[in-house]
Amino acid sequence: MLKIKNLHASVEGKEILKGINLEIKAGEVHAIMGPNGSGKSTLASVVAGKEEYEQTEGEIIFEKQDISELEADERAHKGLFLSFQYPVEIPGVSVTNFMKTAINETRKAQGLEEMPAKDMLQKIREKSALLDMDRKFLSRSLNEGFSGGEKKRNEIFQMAMLEPKLSILDETDSGLDIDALKIVSNGVNKLRTKDNAVLVITHYQRLLNYIVPDYVHVLLNGKIVKSGGKELAHKLEEQGYDWLKEEAKAL
Amino acid sequence: MDLKEKLISSYFAFEEQVDTDSEIHDIRSEAIKNFETAGFPSRKDEEWKYTSLKSLLKEDYSIFPKKEEALDYKDVKQYLAHDIDSYNIVFIDGIYSSHLSQTTHDKFDACLMSSALSKPKYKAIIDNYFNKIAPKGSGLNNLNTAFSREGAFINIPKNVAADKPIQIINLSTGNESALMLQPRNLVIVGENSQVQIIERHQSLNDNPVFTNSVTEIFAEKRAIVDYYKIQNDRKTASLIDNTFVEQHQESFCSVHTFAFGGKLVRNNLEFYQKGERIDSTMKGVTIIEGKQHIDHNTLVHHIEPNCESHQDYKGIFDEKSTGVFNGKVYVEKEAQKTNAFQSNNNILLTDQATCNSKPQLEIFADDVACSHGCTIGQLDKDALFYLKSRGIPEKEAKALLMYAFANDVLESVKIPELKKRVNKMIAEKLNVNLGFDL
Repeated sequence: MLKIKNLHASVEGKEILKGINLEIKAGEVHAIMGPNGSGKSTLASVVAGKEEYEQTEGEIIFEKQDISELEADERAHKGLFLSFQYPVEIPGVSVTNFMKTAINETRKAQGLEEMPAKDMLQKIREKSALLDMDRKFLSRSLNEGFSGGEKKRNEIFQMAMLEPKLSILDETDSGLDIDALKIVSNGVNKLRTKDNAVLVITHYQRLLNYIVPDYVHVLLNGKIVKSGGKELAHKLEEQGYDWLKEEAKAL
Repeated sequence: MDLKEKLISSYFAFEEQVDTDSEIHDIRSEAIKNFETAGFPSRKDEEWKYTSLKSLLKEDYSIFPKKEEALDYKDVKQYLAHDIDSYNIVFIDGIYSSHLSQTTHDKFDACLMSSALSKPKYKAIIDNYFNKIAPKGSGLNNLNTAFSREGAFINIPKNVAADKPIQIINLSTGNESALMLQPRNLVIVGENSQVQIIERHQSLNDNPVFTNSVTEIFAEKRAIVDYYKIQNDRKTASLIDNTFVEQHQESFCSVHTFAFGGKLVRNNLEFYQKGERIDSTMKGVTIIEGKQHIDHNTLVHHIEPNCESHQDYKGIFDEKSTGVFNGKVYVEKEAQKTNAFQSNNNILLTDQATCNSKPQLEIFADDVACSHGCTIGQLDKDALFYLKSRGIPEKEAKALLMYAFANDVLESVKIPELKKRVNKMIAEKLNVNLGFDL
């Protein structure tokens, strides 16, 4: 589904990603872990198509097409979704209206008719129930005055609405208490199918107790220095990243 | 002959048409003299530093339109907020159009300035209120006063809430190759009374129109006045809107200005608070492009204690358009416990668009809460990426952000149909369909 080959990216002339290789197949959950400043969020932003990040080398193949040159909205139309670490507040636009616009623009790009209002409403109801969201929440301005937990829940709600093929969850656990963490990960798990995939980006192992990865990759200084199964996450939780830094140095 | 000379010499012709044997005429004669001295403002005047009238003054305007033009309701329906059940006072080329209007004298007067100026029963009101707050030093006010004879006259007696909003619509047909209009409105809202007014200027073709409008509003004790100005005219029409508000104890008055069009628009909006616990609210949304120019020049004069003023102006400037915000707040020594807030936020969409924002606070009282803030910036890139990452294309994403930016000004519009209409205008202005009713 996603194949990243030798990806280099820089922001304001400074190279952050220094040759990333990663392959994610349908049905899989991958986790990328790493200390602060290792390039985790940059990777998420580059794959999603943030313009301020310049991809200097390599390929991002998504669904058999190199999407490196596509705009963020075109990537979304192909089925890519990024759950933001810091969702942006948009006052004056309700969650519902925002979703309507996002869904109908995506449908338009896919050559489909607008979703009938009735179906939209039904879908909104269904997906908000999945995330245990209050109805009032939907008429509030997007992310405005939302708590950290509400913002993240809203991100996963959007994921549920848009039904992407690949979801990248960037530090979705940050700012969540344990109850919110359970609701959010439960939502993500319910949305999993054999045809979609999830890439979890996280600093801590905590989230991976709930969204259990098939593969764990460690990002250090812009490169994946180690990959393994979910037991790698436990080792990192116990031992931190220093042993990997030593290993990386030794190389 | 330049426009000033033409206007002064036209005044004699004007005198032929009106009753010169009245006190009003003394006021007019005084005003034309004042205009002769003051003339049109130039950029040398501090208040007009960023707005030049030069391009407007070179046209050869017709001062007196020939006669009332018959217009079909269906042709002008779109310019009236026709889905709102309202009283309508409609003028065509400055002349009252009875067949497009619906006036009243029932519980209150929503009628014509010309009748208020001439009928004896209104004499006491005119003596008390006419030309009482329009500043005497301004050339433009004097010019309007000199030629004042038509406009809307709204007089709400004590303890009356107007049963529907009142629309004042000024249409110009373009039958004159260039036309100058000087509408004069007077609004008096008595103790405990209430009214909502919508005002619009609209030209129907591309012949230049220059409107110099003066509106005086008096809000007596505990009166509630909401005034909405729709400025969405053609790019050949220019407007100088002079609006002066005098408020008395515990009254509330809001003026919303939706400035989406015109060639050059200057809004002089002044509030004078004469009593305690008064609330004055000024809000505006400006969205322009091309070479359009819109200038908001506001003043709140806090004279007595325990009053509030709120100013919130948002501007979005595309292409080579230019905007000005000049907001003055005076707090007199006696006006303790004043709360005065002012904010002016602007987004420039291109490198060629400009905006000059100038807050001016002069505070002589020591126990007050006054704040002001102005920003000039671009659309937030992170927000844009967020929307695009959800599949919303750049154009729609930008429009959504601009809509969000302007939205809080709309929140306080009390007439739902009007809010919808302005939302629609914004969507048209931004040229998008966002898939939901804005």
